[in-house]
Amino acid sequence: MGIVEGKFSDNFITSKVDSLVAWARKSALWPMTFGLACCAIEMMASGAARYDFDRFGVIFRATPRQSDVIIVAGTVTHKMGDAIRKVYDQMPEPRWVIAMGNCATCGGPYANYAVMQGVDEIIPVDVYVPGCPPRPESLMWGVMQLQKKIEQEKYIRR
Amino acid sequence: MVGVANVSRIEQQSTVHGTEELVINMGPQHPSTHGVLRVILKLDGETVNDLDCDIGYLHRGTEKIGENITYTMFIPYTDRLDYIAAPSNNLAWVTAVEKFFDWEIPMRAQYIRSMVGELSRIASHLLWLATHALDIGAMTVFLWCFREREMVLDLFETAFGGRLTVNAFRLGGLHEDVPDKFLQLTQEFIDIFPSRIDDYETLLTNNRIWLQRTRDVGIISAEDAMDLGLTGPIIRGSGVSWDLRRAKPYAAYPYLDFVVPVGENGDIYDRYLVRIEELRQSTRIIQQCLEQLPGGPVTCKTPRTIKPPEGEIYHSIENPKGEFGFYIVSDGTTTPYRVRIRPPSFINLGGLKKLCVGQLVADVVAIIGSIDIVLGECDR
Amino acid sequence: MPDEVVENSEETNGAPDSGETAEEVKTPPGEDLKEVVESAFPGAVLEQSAYEDHEDETTFVLGVDSLVAVATHLRDHGDSLFKLLTDLTAAHYPEAENPFEMLYHLYSIEHNRRLRLKVRIKEGQAVPTVSGIWTSADWMEREVYDLFGIEFEDHPDLRRILLPDNWGSHPMRKDYPLEGRGERIYTKPTRKEIGD
Repeated sequence: MGIVEGKFSDNFITSKVDSLVAWARKSALWPMTFGLACCAIEMMASGAARYDFDRFGVIFRATPRQSDVIIVAGTVTHKMGDAIRKVYDQMPEPRWVIAMGNCATCGGPYANYAVMQGVDEIIPVDVYVPGCPPRPESLMWGVMQLQKKIEQEKYIRR
Repeated sequence: MVGVANVSRIEQQSTVHGTEELVINMGPQHPSTHGVLRVILKLDGETVNDLDCDIGYLHRGTEKIGENITYTMFIPYTDRLDYIAAPSNNLAWVTAVEKFFDWEIPMRAQYIRSMVGELSRIASHLLWLATHALDIGAMTVFLWCFREREMVLDLFETAFGGRLTVNAFRLGGLHEDVPDKFLQLTQEFIDIFPSRIDDYETLLTNNRIWLQRTRDVGIISAEDAMDLGLTGPIIRGSGVSWDLRRAKPYAAYPYLDFVVPVGENGDIYDRYLVRIEELRQSTRIIQQCLEQLPGGPVTCKTPRTIKPPEGEIYHSIENPKGEFGFYIVSDGTTTPYRVRIRPPSFINLGGLKKLCVGQLVADVVAIIGSIDIVLGECDR
Repeated sequence: MPDEVVENSEETNGAPDSGETAEEVKTPPGEDLKEVVESAFPGAVLEQSAYEDHEDETTFVLGVDSLVAVATHLRDHGDSLFKLLTDLTAAHYPEAENPFEMLYHLYSIEHNRRLRLKVRIKEGQAVPTVSGIWTSADWMEREVYDLFGIEFEDHPDLRRILLPDNWGSHPMRKDYPLEGRGERIYTKPTRKEIGD
């Protein structure tokens, strides 16, 4: 830590503001449950007893105004598109998006008139989790990828 | 929360003098609608005067896809209809297509089909109990039910490799025989499962809050239930002893002994008791399947390309949600000419208005939970 | 064209394993139900068929005008009691003279049997609603209206149910492509969001 290193006693930790903010943000990711289809069941399983997402500080919230990350779990239809955008717009910054499953990533097996070919047509996606549906372990991997991404973000100097 | 601008579907009436009716919007993003159901409620104080369901937020065009792909390719799509009980949907599709032919499905395959079908019923009812209890306010039940549900999903994983959407069956039988470990683990599961059902009942059945929230709420008579086309545990909760496993047996059900539980009043509490008893009966059926399971092959000789003769068939099975069927028109080619999915959730949800009008707004969530809908199959 | 095959058995003589050859030998199933209908409405059943003589696949083709009367009769008559409308749907056969086929799957809990009613209609022709007979038909007719564009006379609340109100086409018709015609492709809002 450059010039301040060794100048203080041992119980003093020095860090950059960026790192501190990023550390705080990644350790309490509150996702909004946006369960749309099959993936929602695996998302619920992730929050339940065996996988226990609370360990990572991931606590599901039911409202966009209290959440940091939206997990789009399932098939996004054209009819649903507007609603997703509205929910996303209600979320406070900083906000992240996890596209869970093949449908949210690229339309999955549903290449037809009703289904939007990936949620990234309407909202920017940070992490894509593959699988149909992804296992809870995969979603866990996705959350960890997002945490890594948040760690690297610069807030003071962009 | 979303789309308030479009609420005017129920015409707002307001009088110059006196009180006004309140129109509130629930969904499509709401934790208690079990997916993406949107309900527009018209309230007089706390009483529901009228409601309108807006569905189709998960309309994925599955029927149209079915008309463009082969019979075998459609099996994975059926997984994603009622994704809570995926093997049950596979069973409906394969038995429907097999009705076109006169294949002899080996008995071992039939027993395994019944067994996996009942396991999926357990998985579905557990998820229903978990979310229904969570909606009404019981958190512990949610965690306990998911504990056992994970055990069932582990069984699917052992047998078919997938957890949720398993693609379990094939036309003419199974893809391959289940491993011995599956049978052993299933035995272990059903040995402990009855005591776990007792645990849930300890939490709920005589719980005063549970009784107040569910008794005499959302009552529907047997005549009304038939008129509305309600099937499955709802019509059984109203006192009609009708189960397609008994009425039109398929797979190995003709050889299995089970009781069709029936309610009396047709309220939420009776539907709860019916489903709890179905959990016990499913355990019994699986036990019988394990005891009677014959050896031998698991698939019959089927042609390389499935080309049903020209004609039309309708076949339905007893899904955890109700009667789940397929109407298939074949034109003699490898792709179906018309696939129609008979969705139990869609038709049961049609009865929501009748169930909710006159009830309190707080009971709407409980009633939606007691219908046990899954939107994937409701919107298709 | 499956419906034509069921109708004209002389055309299918080339295909020996289709259900009609067996039908000529045995009496087709559902003869008693036909009597129930014919006793009140003579000549109402235009055609009768069943796939491979399965009793569950008994099919009656009715005229559009007699549909409601026959359906009510079948629901109330003691020998039929079809109180449950299991399914209501349609099928599209673009080349046929009457391109749309309305299908009503009835079920009787008392007698444990099924019956399929069919009504063939022209493009743009309206069908009388059966939601007065079975309330469950309400939503299913709305779905048929949504996906096939078939209108129902006297329906209490005929509007789209699955697709958005402004969709503009009927996707389950055979001339509609699987990928759609580009309806409602979402455009991003012009306002720039920070994450965009």
